[in-house]
Amino acid sequence: MKSGIAILTVVALASVPMWLRDPYLMNALITTGIFIIGAMSLNLLLGFTGQLSLGHIAFFGIGAYVSALTSLGFDVGLPFGIRIIHTPWPPIAGFVLAIIVAGLCGYLVGLLSFRVRGAYFVIVTISFAEVVRLVALNWVELTQGPLALTNIPSMTVGLPGLGDLTLRTKLQNYYLVLAVAVVTYLLISRLVRSHFGRAMRGLMENETLAVSVGIDVTKTLTLAAVISAGIAGAAGSLYAHYIRIIDPEVFAFINTVTMVIMVITGGKGSLAGPVVGGMIFGLLPVFLRPIMAPEAQWIAYGGVLIAILFVLPRGIVPSLAQRFAKRPIRTEKPAPVAFERDAKEHA
Amino acid sequence: MASPATALKVEKVAVHFGGLVALSDMNFTVGEGEIVSLIGPNGAGKTTAFNVVTGFLHPTRGAVSYRGTALNGLKPHQIADLGLARTFQRTSVFPNDTVYDNLLIGLHRQGRVNLLEAILGLPRAGSSERRLRERASELIEWVGLERRAHDLAGSLSYGEQRLVGVALALAAEPTMLLLDEPVSGMNASETHTFVQLVRGIRDRGVTILLVEHDMPMVMSVSDRIVVLNYGRIIAEGPPEVIRNDPAVIEAYLGQGAARA
Repeated sequence: MKSGIAILTVVALASVPMWLRDPYLMNALITTGIFIIGAMSLNLLLGFTGQLSLGHIAFFGIGAYVSALTSLGFDVGLPFGIRIIHTPWPPIAGFVLAIIVAGLCGYLVGLLSFRVRGAYFVIVTISFAEVVRLVALNWVELTQGPLALTNIPSMTVGLPGLGDLTLRTKLQNYYLVLAVAVVTYLLISRLVRSHFGRAMRGLMENETLAVSVGIDVTKTLTLAAVISAGIAGAAGSLYAHYIRIIDPEVFAFINTVTMVIMVITGGKGSLAGPVVGGMIFGLLPVFLRPIMAPEAQWIAYGGVLIAILFVLPRGIVPSLAQRFAKRPIRTEKPAPVAFERDAKEHA
Repeated sequence: MASPATALKVEKVAVHFGGLVALSDMNFTVGEGEIVSLIGPNGAGKTTAFNVVTGFLHPTRGAVSYRGTALNGLKPHQIADLGLARTFQRTSVFPNDTVYDNLLIGLHRQGRVNLLEAILGLPRAGSSERRLRERASELIEWVGLERRAHDLAGSLSYGEQRLVGVALALAAEPTMLLLDEPVSGMNASETHTFVQLVRGIRDRGVTILLVEHDMPMVMSVSDRIVVLNYGRIIAEGPPEVIRNDPAVIEAYLGQGAARA
């Protein structure tokens, strides 16, 4: 039944451009789609390992900048008289590099913070995002700083037998984002159902026990961070080639918060959660704009967030799934066991 | 009885928590295929000894080795790789998963398929997954939890959660199993069944080290008993010897009873 809903959703989304002609709404759908991909990547960490990355936008922004710079080319001086001159490559190469570089950054952040975890990971990720933002702002020679990188070329994809296709229109970009989102969804669903997904779940539920059955904590969490960051980087690349201009504001904290809200309202730890939450908070501005001032909109988001979590405390998807399932999928009742005490106990 | 080859060797182990001496100079061995129990009053250092052996605590002094490999400085998952598996006093399950899924998590070490194969759904990943599922069902049957297989582990009784814990430890296909107070919270008939289970596990060639308070259970199941008090070993030997050892009676029943 679940895969039936998923297929229906994809078909419905694929049909949207056939009846929707409004370019403003199309634009909203595309950017929402890109943010949903980001939210799905955040959910992999927050929902399936329990680690909150409050600097997740850093990986997104790094993906955007890497992809933009790869396709624009740059000429930058480094200390000791080294100059790096890069001639423009096709945007698709930028897309691949965005995933690799963002994933690498995820690896470094994971390696630094997963030895201690919890609050430390949150702090390291926030700091990381801020440092990256400052670099983007001040390394003017490379990033143009606040002047922004402009004229970023549109994404080009090579189609077999048809040559290269440059995706300039909203219609083309819509399908590109939809395709990447579907691939991301499938990737994450395969991942969490694999033995690796079970290792992540075990760690989140009972770390002491997970360790004792042979699960390597640091390796598992770092790998999750790498994949999550890589996907966020891919979303950033799509963003750069669609909007075609990026500045350091892409690293703003509010963007991370938006993704966190999408994941929490939709339901962390559920595959469809970020999609549902993303749709709501991505499209809410569209409907609120005609009737509210921007300041009032922010208050309205807060109200909607509180209302949803009040009625469906575990997020929309898990709460509804539980309501419709014959037996509860996961009880919220705390298990009658005390965690983390055995290992530290002094006999 | 000819003494079997040594499996686990604990030599001159001391553990200090700041000024508190939890263990001072502990020495004992466990032979291959033996069932050895570690007993002692509350605070005697049993769980500390247990945590040292399983790598959750590092000893201040001394050495632990398993089949000749030193365990000092190894991480818990590395110790698990050597074939040592343990259960926990309280945290014995993954509460939000079904018993069956608990076992699949526990079979982590057996799933030697790489991540890419799993994501792409290659045939090798599929057949490995099928094997894991069969193995999970076997383990559930072994500990007698077939009827609870699809219930959330967190919803089981304490006794049943212990059994899940044992099944999880067995999932790693250990050559030695360490059980930390496995029958606390079990009623008499559950305890009896558990003793049968422990014997059955040993009969499959698994060495067992047990920490337990329940004296009748310890006396009935153990080949040998090590008695701890105040971080020291005060007696060691087969159940019939320990039962009559004055030092043990004193530690358990108080000086008055010992003199009487």
